[in-house]
Amino acid sequence: MSHAPRDRVKWLIAISVVVLYALIPVLWMISLSLKKSSTIGTDTSFFPSDPTLDNYSALFKSGSDFSRALVNSFGIAAIATLIAIVLAAMAAYALARLQFAGKALILSGSLAIAMFPPISIVGSLFNVWRNVGLFDTWPGLIIPYMTFSLPLAIYTLSAFYREIPWELEQAAQVDGATPFQAFTKVILPLAAPGTFTAAILVFIFAWNDFLFANTLTSTANARTVPATLAFFTGASQFDQPIAAIAAAAVVVTVPIIVVVLIFQRRIVAGLTAGAVKG
Amino acid sequence: MAKIQLEDVTKRYPDGFEAVKHMDLDIADGEFMILVGPSGCGKSTALRMIAGLEDITEGLLYIGEEVVNDRTPKDRDIAMVFQNYALYPHMSVRDNMGFALKLAKVDKAEIDRRVEEAAKVLDLTQHLDRKPANLSGGQRQRVAMGRAIVRNPRAFLMDEPLSNLDAKLRVQMRAEVAGLQDRLGTTTVYVTHDQTEAMTLGDRVAVMRAGVLQQVDAPQQLYNDPANIFVAGFIGSPAMNFMPARVDGSVVRLPMAEVRASGPIAANGGGNGLIAGIRPEHFQDAALVGADKRTGGATFRARIDLLESVGSELYAHFELEHEGVESAELAELAQDAGTAEVPGAGAGNVVARLDPASQVRQGAEAELWVNTSRVYYFDAATGGRIFAEGAR
Repeated sequence: MSHAPRDRVKWLIAISVVVLYALIPVLWMISLSLKKSSTIGTDTSFFPSDPTLDNYSALFKSGSDFSRALVNSFGIAAIATLIAIVLAAMAAYALARLQFAGKALILSGSLAIAMFPPISIVGSLFNVWRNVGLFDTWPGLIIPYMTFSLPLAIYTLSAFYREIPWELEQAAQVDGATPFQAFTKVILPLAAPGTFTAAILVFIFAWNDFLFANTLTSTANARTVPATLAFFTGASQFDQPIAAIAAAAVVVTVPIIVVVLIFQRRIVAGLTAGAVKG
Repeated sequence: MAKIQLEDVTKRYPDGFEAVKHMDLDIADGEFMILVGPSGCGKSTALRMIAGLEDITEGLLYIGEEVVNDRTPKDRDIAMVFQNYALYPHMSVRDNMGFALKLAKVDKAEIDRRVEEAAKVLDLTQHLDRKPANLSGGQRQRVAMGRAIVRNPRAFLMDEPLSNLDAKLRVQMRAEVAGLQDRLGTTTVYVTHDQTEAMTLGDRVAVMRAGVLQQVDAPQQLYNDPANIFVAGFIGSPAMNFMPARVDGSVVRLPMAEVRASGPIAANGGGNGLIAGIRPEHFQDAALVGADKRTGGATFRARIDLLESVGSELYAHFELEHEGVESAELAELAQDAGTAEVPGAGAGNVVARLDPASQVRQGAEAELWVNTSRVYYFDAATGGRIFAEGAR
């Protein structure tokens, strides 16, 4: 093991390079968000010469579109996640446990939806939504988010359910549970890590989406943060809103980082399922 | 508590495979019934049909006086112990045991009382608040039993409940299960592939093969009076020795002796061919058999290939010159036991259980005695038992 210390140094260097490579844009964004918008062009150092939180306070000052967009983002992502997970949990359970006609069709169909490029339907969706009155509303975004994240959630969850010994449900049935009780009292708690994983993945998908949010909204009524950022303007028309965008970008990134940090263990456990044993 | 009755029950899968064929079985109220057979014989399927986890294709199943074919498991009032215990990993031992009562909306105090009572019986009191993952195999097994007994159901169904335990614990738990069933007096159906378990536990044992019930009898009866070659070969350890026999006028020729042929054997022997079966304990070291008793059998000489002493008994393995026996039933048993893959096993190899006082030596020739009055005869084609005169 005489190579161990040298190996460790090599590892440290390699890891540092990767981490720096991944983090520099984020750090640069934070740095930008702390600079005065008037000094952006001149203050080229990484550490702002005169750090300020003005950009952040401007984001949240009363009447700003940003606060409203944040509410939209949270609400739409949360509702889409909730509906998608409830539907996916039941669909995945059926796919994992039951034999029924058309099972293969449903599986391949949901896979096809996952492969489907959203951009190809966004134009027609725009027209349909305008005609049925879903344009620029929360449901108008919740529906496509839910649809496009369902296949992923179904696949993740059915993999989880398959890992759970079937005897557990049978034991519950013999113990006097209805199939629904067996599902809610035995299977769901055991599949909780998988459900969390799927929920986080769906939430992140909805939270990050720009395409639908930009196309299917026109006002602050339903516009989410990523779309709102595109409509940021500077203090005057000659003023680039770079610092403000940077501050907003930091604000939208934080919840994702927090969620991932909190559920890191569960996500890892979820992605490496198989720990469920009778 | 209730009796369980299977009336011409058949399980046919969509692909046409019949796991259980026309099974008739009456299990009396309070009886401990064992279903035993090699893997794939349909015993678990039969149990799962009683539990309601498998649909019954044809036939009627009674629990108590009612036909329960179309009832879901929860409406049959039965408790089941699974091979892998199927404990709910996210619940404490207390919640595992109380789950059924909670679903039945029994009030909290009553649940606690019954769980604690069961825990006391099973020596689980100090583990009540632990999770199954933190328990040993034996403890998990007891929790699974506890989950069944707190409900006080009409019947217990057990699917190889001891097969995941190591040998010593299994023997101990076997005694515990027998004692528990005796005390509670609940009708129990117990599935196992282990004939020792079957022999020691049950009031009666039902032997199954390829979905067909072979024989249902008390353990000793099954051992002494097997209905066919399959039951004879399956029950008993070491297993019965089989060898070809030939009827020659008024005698039956075995590879090592001649026996006087009696009515049914003389009549049948010429047709399908005959297989003789001799249990290991019906051999003896000739030197230890008194001259007066020798008349009940025959002596022969054989070279002892292997001698195994287990202290109280001595197992002598030797070869007999014969061409082996052809029997689908025996081939299946060998397959199940894994002996089919052992080279040299089977044809001609005989195991004898001798008195430990015997002086026979490994590798040397010995004079052995066989009790010819205890030879079983089977029809080589059908596997059916051919009874010697007046044996039944």
